[in-house]
Amino acid sequence: MFKNPKRLLLILVLFAIVAAVIDIPENFKFFSTTLNPPTFDFSLFGVKIQKKFTTHLGLDLAGGTQINLEADMKEIKAEDRASALESSRQVIERRVNFFGVSEPTVQSVKSGDAYRISVELPGVTDVNEALKLIGQTAKLEFREFTEDAYKNATAEAYLFPTLDNTVAVGITGKDLKNAGLTFSSQTGEPEVAITFTPEGGKKFADVTKRLLNKQLAIFLDDFPLTWPNVSTEITDGSAVISGSFTKESGKTLALQLNAGALPVPVSVVEQKTIGATLGESSVKKSIVAGLIGLSLVALFMILKYGWLGVLADLALVMYGLLTLALYRIIPITLTLPGIAGFILSIGMAVDSNILIFERYREEERKGKPWQIAMELGFGKAWDSIRDANFTTIITSIILFNPGNWNFLPTSGLVRGFASTLFIGVVISLFTGIVVTRTLVRVLYKPSKRKTV
Amino acid sequence: MIRFSKYIWLYFLLSALVLVPGMYSLIQFGLRPSLDFTGGTLLEYSTENRVSKDTIMTMAKDNGVEITEIIEGSSKNTTIRMKTTEEGTVTKFETALQENVGTSFTVLRKEIVGPVIGKELMSKAIVAALLAAFAILSYVAYAFKNIKFGISAVIALVHDVLIIFGTFSLFGHFMGVEVDALFVTAFLTTMSFSVHDTIVIFDRIREYRKRDQRMPLDELSDRALTETMGRSLVNSFTIVFMLLALVLMGGESIRWFSVALLIGTITGTYSSPFVATPILILWDRWEKRKKNL
Repeated sequence: MFKNPKRLLLILVLFAIVAAVIDIPENFKFFSTTLNPPTFDFSLFGVKIQKKFTTHLGLDLAGGTQINLEADMKEIKAEDRASALESSRQVIERRVNFFGVSEPTVQSVKSGDAYRISVELPGVTDVNEALKLIGQTAKLEFREFTEDAYKNATAEAYLFPTLDNTVAVGITGKDLKNAGLTFSSQTGEPEVAITFTPEGGKKFADVTKRLLNKQLAIFLDDFPLTWPNVSTEITDGSAVISGSFTKESGKTLALQLNAGALPVPVSVVEQKTIGATLGESSVKKSIVAGLIGLSLVALFMILKYGWLGVLADLALVMYGLLTLALYRIIPITLTLPGIAGFILSIGMAVDSNILIFERYREEERKGKPWQIAMELGFGKAWDSIRDANFTTIITSIILFNPGNWNFLPTSGLVRGFASTLFIGVVISLFTGIVVTRTLVRVLYKPSKRKTV
Repeated sequence: MIRFSKYIWLYFLLSALVLVPGMYSLIQFGLRPSLDFTGGTLLEYSTENRVSKDTIMTMAKDNGVEITEIIEGSSKNTTIRMKTTEEGTVTKFETALQENVGTSFTVLRKEIVGPVIGKELMSKAIVAALLAAFAILSYVAYAFKNIKFGISAVIALVHDVLIIFGTFSLFGHFMGVEVDALFVTAFLTTMSFSVHDTIVIFDRIREYRKRDQRMPLDELSDRALTETMGRSLVNSFTIVFMLLALVLMGGESIRWFSVALLIGTITGTYSSPFVATPILILWDRWEKRKKNL
């Protein structure tokens, strides 16, 4: 399909234009008109499509919103307060992360007698929703049917649990360590897996032993959620709530259950906008320095490889456009670690070109005509480019921890780095091979001199 | 062709010159964790006449308070960030400060903040790094059809990571440089870069070996190194340019991050021809000697 390099070049140029349009800086002054990145807001076959292409910058680069929560420690013994604050902080951090806010900072603060938790969210878009989530506490309760309920029920009648015909068994949200969305190994249906605290696990073991072959109802906010039959005594402190969950509703329940496990009640005392945590002037300086560094790299490529260097630089521009566009489409919250991943992948993109050009020169020195030498250069460099980039892709996937495993990094910091590295390497493979090659095939004519 | 394989012990000596002090420092003094990991106290006050940073530092030292940052705000405000969390010590320091500054001294904010990042971030990152190293080892061993390549590449990787940790332990001990969350990213970056560079050289050795099965590994790798040296240098120059610009002109808050990346790039480039390849050669020589016995 892409045998004709000229046609491929045309497609690539189109690609670059689309990416460039997405990448337009906000309120960009172009002569007398002000340009903005495109926004989509329309319905297509009943599906609402809403997309605004802006770069999401992290707290370290652009600041965001700080929410200060005060913990009510009245009912907590003085010596337990520090640990109660810390576990609340962890729960809130988990909730904010679960909510999908990238790269939040959740910090405990003790100021005089006040115990606070400071939550910092990059950007300002989701603050209200995040607040709702943080403030919400779900009440989870395990209940059993009363003797009367069993007496009144006929054998066939469906026993529906209510607050009246059940009594609490003494296990509540406080006994939960955490909850998460899983999928049934048998049916593949979404389920909510819960883990009890050691104490809660003991209580749960007793209850399941006592209620063997009877029903145990789970209530959420005084509403029966599910009332499974206890088929075995469960002693390992974990259980699965299955029901007709969708992926979304299961996720929400897990979220609410985690919320219910908050050890101290908290309330919002302050909400304010904060500046870049790395310091505004520092960020500005670094951007200038980064641009100077990039220009040096581009200049170096031209000095070393002549016209080929110019083409490689063009491919790099394409790389930058595509990467930035992807950051906006996904979207990715860009932080300093993320930029480190980006710089590393620029290095790898440049490297692909250097590898190819060096091979090309070698082949040319052997006396091959330049066109054959160039194709050979691409072919021979491919093995090392593939292996080198593949190991980086493996590393970035492990660091990103897609399985959400607990023994691997779960914090936004490492993940931000991993995701930009992954995107960067994949795109650099594309620009290093496809884009440079097409540019060289169509635009490159070597000078009369033997060496480039 | 340059006979790189003749000077293997020189390369190891060079590595050891950096590695040994670094490792000694790492074991003896460890790393200096920043406020990100430890938490600390924030003291913001306003005053009519400001005291110099040096004076504040001496006062802090006298009172056993460890200051990490003094930020002089736009107006009369000064914020001091310190690692000390013990309230008694902080109060003592506060009183000393007040005596020095005079009556206009008003405390605006005094907060004990918890760590932003759990200590487990570092340990989890290391677990992930180990896992990644193992995956890289397997992939390289598979791609080069030889476990020796995988292990040599990973030894070079470990070498680079240890150099970063070692130098930052030394920086921490002698210059008070702290290890923050960004450092974690820097060491992960170095890891990826190190392997990337090693594979390019190994790829040459693989290619030459395919062409001539009987050529001894010493000679194969000498040829491979001679051919790839230009590319290795060109490639790291491009990254070094970028990072030098950041170190010299970038903002203060990311200076040490850039330094960490710079060290990582240099050691990552160095370790491919001068650690990974020599290990491959030594291993090969050792195997041959065993066979001859």
